[in-house]
Amino acid sequence: MQNHFELFSLPVLFDIDAKALESNYRKIQSASHPDRFVSASAAEKLASMQLATSANEAYDTLKRPAYRAKYLLELHGIDATAETNTAMPADFLMQQMEWRERLEDAKTAKDISALESLTDELRSDAKTIQTKLIDLFDTSKDLAKATDETRKLIFIDKVSADIHQAIEQLE
Amino acid sequence: MALLQISEPGMSAAPHQHRLAVGIDLGTTNSLVATVRSSMSTVLQDDFGHALLPSVVRYAPDGDVVVGHEAQAQQSCDPVNTIASVKRFMGRGLNDITDKAHIPYRFVDSAPDNSNATKRVLQLQTRAGLKTPIEISAEILKTLKSRAEKSLGGELVGAVITVPAYFDDAQRQATKDAARLAGLNVLRLLNEPTAAAVAYGLDNASEGIFVIYDLGGGTFDVSILRLSKGIFEVLATNGDSALGGDDFDHRIYCWVLDKVRENSENFAPLSEEDTRLLLTKARQAKEWLTDNFDAQIVCKLSTGTLVDVTLTAAQLIEITQHLVTKTLSPTRKAMRDANLTIEDIDGVVLVGGATRMPHIRHAVQDFFKQEPLTNLDPDKVVALGAAIQANILAGNKNDNDLLLLDVTPLSLGLETMGGLVEKVIQRNSTLPIARAQEFTTYKDGQTAMSIHVVQGERELVSDCRSLARFELRGIPPMAAGAARIRVTFTVDADGLLSVSAREQSTGIEAHIEVKPSYGLSEDEITNMLKASFTSAEEDKKARMLAEARVNAGAIISSVSAALAVDGNLISEAERKAIETEIKDLESLTKAEDATAINKAVDTLNHATEAFAAARMNASVSRALSGKNLEDINL
Repeated sequence: MQNHFELFSLPVLFDIDAKALESNYRKIQSASHPDRFVSASAAEKLASMQLATSANEAYDTLKRPAYRAKYLLELHGIDATAETNTAMPADFLMQQMEWRERLEDAKTAKDISALESLTDELRSDAKTIQTKLIDLFDTSKDLAKATDETRKLIFIDKVSADIHQAIEQLE
Repeated sequence: MALLQISEPGMSAAPHQHRLAVGIDLGTTNSLVATVRSSMSTVLQDDFGHALLPSVVRYAPDGDVVVGHEAQAQQSCDPVNTIASVKRFMGRGLNDITDKAHIPYRFVDSAPDNSNATKRVLQLQTRAGLKTPIEISAEILKTLKSRAEKSLGGELVGAVITVPAYFDDAQRQATKDAARLAGLNVLRLLNEPTAAAVAYGLDNASEGIFVIYDLGGGTFDVSILRLSKGIFEVLATNGDSALGGDDFDHRIYCWVLDKVRENSENFAPLSEEDTRLLLTKARQAKEWLTDNFDAQIVCKLSTGTLVDVTLTAAQLIEITQHLVTKTLSPTRKAMRDANLTIEDIDGVVLVGGATRMPHIRHAVQDFFKQEPLTNLDPDKVVALGAAIQANILAGNKNDNDLLLLDVTPLSLGLETMGGLVEKVIQRNSTLPIARAQEFTTYKDGQTAMSIHVVQGERELVSDCRSLARFELRGIPPMAAGAARIRVTFTVDADGLLSVSAREQSTGIEAHIEVKPSYGLSEDEITNMLKASFTSAEEDKKARMLAEARVNAGAIISSVSAALAVDGNLISEAERKAIETEIKDLESLTKAEDATAINKAVDTLNHATEAFAAARMNASVSRALSGKNLEDINL
């Protein structure tokens, strides 16, 4: 079974070539999408569904930094979100609590611009972590540290989604 | 190896023969059918030169079913049996219809299958009996089908039928069921904004990010698409499947009623005829005010009361501004989901007759800070786009230039403990998509399980839209908690959900029974289909045999061709096995047993699954390693 990177003919790196990923994704969809097999046999339709679906899932995973990092760890047999992996550095725990508090306060105050600036901050922190991950995964290959940073990134993703939802509900 | 050639009824086997396929816009107010002829997408007209077919169905006293302009003309005198805007009732239950008092139809809420109290099938009482919205929509589709076949001089191979992007699974399934009843082969259910994008994209040869703002008679969709090198990728979609031009009519109607009540004592509730009359007048006023400053609404009710009021353009804006504002919320949500700002938008396209209203155009222009594109007729653009896709899907154009990557508009989730929703598939996921979830049993020896699937973004099941209950049966009995049942949820390119389940340790596939929350079951549809067949038993048998032979011929032909090209991808043993199946099938086609032929077709399909997968992988490898001209010209 191919892994997601192999499916897109890309090297297994966190620093992914976004253009190549998109281009290859389109090529795969162009060759396998169900629209190309409307009059085909049931066997061909099945092959089409399976590949098009896999391509969509793989693309979704590799496109998003937090998911890509989590996936890279999985390839090494590490589950970033496993129960046993809950220990986080104290300063990050403080940061988590602060973000959560600010989210709740902004929701209560119905303050959309506070939510938006929180989103911007998180986006900036996420970018910093992503830069670290390029080094940790692709250069120094320090999986232990990569796991820590990945968990932070996953957390940021989750809070960002919650903020997104809060903004939606306020509009 | 000689290829077996069997013609489809009405068509020759000549490879260049154009296959007749159409695009159908099944609209709330008007429906259209279009096709690609001489490389041009055109809307087909009826004998009187009308392109639009009013989506109005009348069950006449003489037993006839009248569809279109004629039915529309009879609305006011026969409001109970003349159904307009049936699309608003597709995939809905009685509780969804909030303004029943102002709708002249007789709704009946019944659970024909008394054993399942959670199912409600919405029906309308007409002089021709109880009719579901699916059956009523089928009449509109039948009319379009015969218009097309008459115009094109042959039997249709299939149709692409458009649906609002924001339609949920029940609404989509209802549309597909209506097509089945009308005898149409659905090539694809296509989202209306995407269809419009295809028509515009190809017309303007544009690249970039476009917003499609589609306000129809009963539904509102806003989709954001990226067009690039022939690939139309939907980035996000949102909308309101219960907001449209009809609501503007309704608001005017209420305004008129208020005015009339002010001036007369003892104003009794309106009769069905008068309701329909005033709604019609309201619509006419709305349309008039697109180009004029005021509209006079004059008519005499059956009670003798004279209605004589004037609605100005300014007043129209005032009383309907809240509806316009309502469209901006989904618009903002879609922009946010796509992670875009208005600066990123290269063009805004207006679709749907309701977008002719000046205050809608202004609102859109204000929001996006650019003038919307309106060069294609907003009433026809959806059908034109659907016809373009139908032409490709039917196999007329070997077009590797156009590909539509659409998304699911609503998140899909499962009901878990305490009435909570666990999301399985996120909204705006590119289709097709599949997600698996593992379940286990709760009691020793448990062999069945029920999964409740809902659509929506909220956390409570009660705040989401119930889609269906999937009952899994045939789970191998084990100790409680020992079974590992992997349930796979797949949403296909039509946006429809299917479920499969497999117990992992034994490999046993569970049998799934689908109980839709708002719709007809498979049995109910097949019964309706059976009832509609007027042909005798003999004819039916002959037709089934002919169909079986056509299917057999098609698969033999395609597998033989595949072996000729890619036979090297499989082992000699596998190849021989496939060739044996082909021979068996060939001899069966000469006999008279349709069932045996169909079974052999299934067997051949199974036998070629690995081969099909290998071919797919090979084709993808070729695509990935192929060099584009652009790569070379750096």
